[in-house]
Amino acid sequence: MRSLAFIIALAGAAWGGDATPDAAALKRLVHQDCGSCHGITLKGGLGPDIRPQTLPHYTPEDLKALILDGVPGTPMPPWRPLITEDEAEWIARYLLEGDAS
Amino acid sequence: MRRLAIIAAGLIWATGALADEIRATGDLGLIVERETGSLLLVDQSERAAISRIEGLGDLSHASLVYSPDQRFAYVFGRDGGLTKVDIVTQSIAARIIQAGNSIGGAISDDGRLVAVSNYEPGGVRVFDAETLEIVADIATGSKTIGLVDAPGRRFVFSLWEAGETWIADLSGAEPVVTKIAGIGDRPYDALITGDGRTYVAGLFGEDGLTALDLWDTAPEPVRVLPGYGRGQQDLPVYKMPHLEGWAQAGGEFVLPAVGHHQVLWVDADSFAETGRTQTHGQPVFAMARPDGRQVWVNFAHPLNDTIQVIDSVSKQVIHELTPGPAVLHMEFTPRGHEVWVSVRDAGRVLVYDTRTFEQLAEIEAVSPSGIFFTARAHRTGL
Repeated sequence: MRSLAFIIALAGAAWGGDATPDAAALKRLVHQDCGSCHGITLKGGLGPDIRPQTLPHYTPEDLKALILDGVPGTPMPPWRPLITEDEAEWIARYLLEGDAS
Repeated sequence: MRRLAIIAAGLIWATGALADEIRATGDLGLIVERETGSLLLVDQSERAAISRIEGLGDLSHASLVYSPDQRFAYVFGRDGGLTKVDIVTQSIAARIIQAGNSIGGAISDDGRLVAVSNYEPGGVRVFDAETLEIVADIATGSKTIGLVDAPGRRFVFSLWEAGETWIADLSGAEPVVTKIAGIGDRPYDALITGDGRTYVAGLFGEDGLTALDLWDTAPEPVRVLPGYGRGQQDLPVYKMPHLEGWAQAGGEFVLPAVGHHQVLWVDADSFAETGRTQTHGQPVFAMARPDGRQVWVNFAHPLNDTIQVIDSVSKQVIHELTPGPAVLHMEFTPRGHEVWVSVRDAGRVLVYDTRTFEQLAEIEAVSPSGIFFTARAHRTGL
């Protein structure tokens, strides 16, 4: 049920364009799906460590752009087809600030 | 005489009690519960969970191998943990943290050595299967992927950044490492055929795979399906495919394409392409039923609620299932009559009949990922 809500939330956000980001669903996305490469604890795998202490050189805007457009020439894919700008911004802040938010 | 009878009665009683408690391991299996760091011990015939073994650390992307007697499982955790689990006593027999960040392992053909592939620090470490004491430390200076066992107490693995495959021979007193360059741009996973002859590395950085004939004294890289995606737009890859669950079906390999909604068929001898099947999404696992007649495919996020079944003769999709959100892994019973499917976000494992596609059972599990049946103990490369 929770995952259904997640799909609806994502779809709603992607197509509706005005839904507020669903923190629980996005947190799950970060740990489960970003975690495919960066590890469930985000300390890195085939992709780099993306815990807050490794990202101080990023502004939220830079990180949001990186998430949306990917990093050409690396396995980091553009997430724009799957998430909205607001959701990317939420993820960028979550990564930079950790679970405090 | 009377005393003998009492002893005999006692023996019968003791044996009887033991028979009730003993659970043979041949049709057991372990399911990784990735978030809770636990394993679910399951019985294939009963289609049920028997017990839960806890305390294994970070099990995201964890895998495991079995000892030849099917009593012990060696579990490779993402956090560098190597845990030896006794599935007879259903407890942890030994556990070490051997590196900072790991990705899979293998057990030698004689069952004496366990090797672990590490991202951080990059390399392969080899341990005594009995004691988990370190036997060899092979530093690669590169993230190490696609570690498999090969006949003759050898381990074969590839280097993500360096694009090399190394063969480590541990049959002598000191490991002898053969390095093969020119494997290709960023090998992401690899497989070895069941006969231990052919090692195939999938490439992330270019369309194609690279094969090595391990029967050669100096194996040369042979490119397989170079440019298979030529003329097509590569799609974003949200999850790397796996080759471990490689499929060999009737003399052909079935391989997941990277960045395309396709599985690719190649002739197992010549490596020539024999066909392509369009699929629902980007394949993660393309796994042949043990008889090779069907190939079951699951998909990357966000299309990961679906499984497609492909007939290996017609190469057509013959059935589609939607087990639920985040289908992560599939494991066939050794004869292939049933398949177990882990559905991470539904918190359950489903068991299907592979001929009727009827769902036979549903087992509760916490964020289940990999399913590993003990029959793997007797197969090279698993």
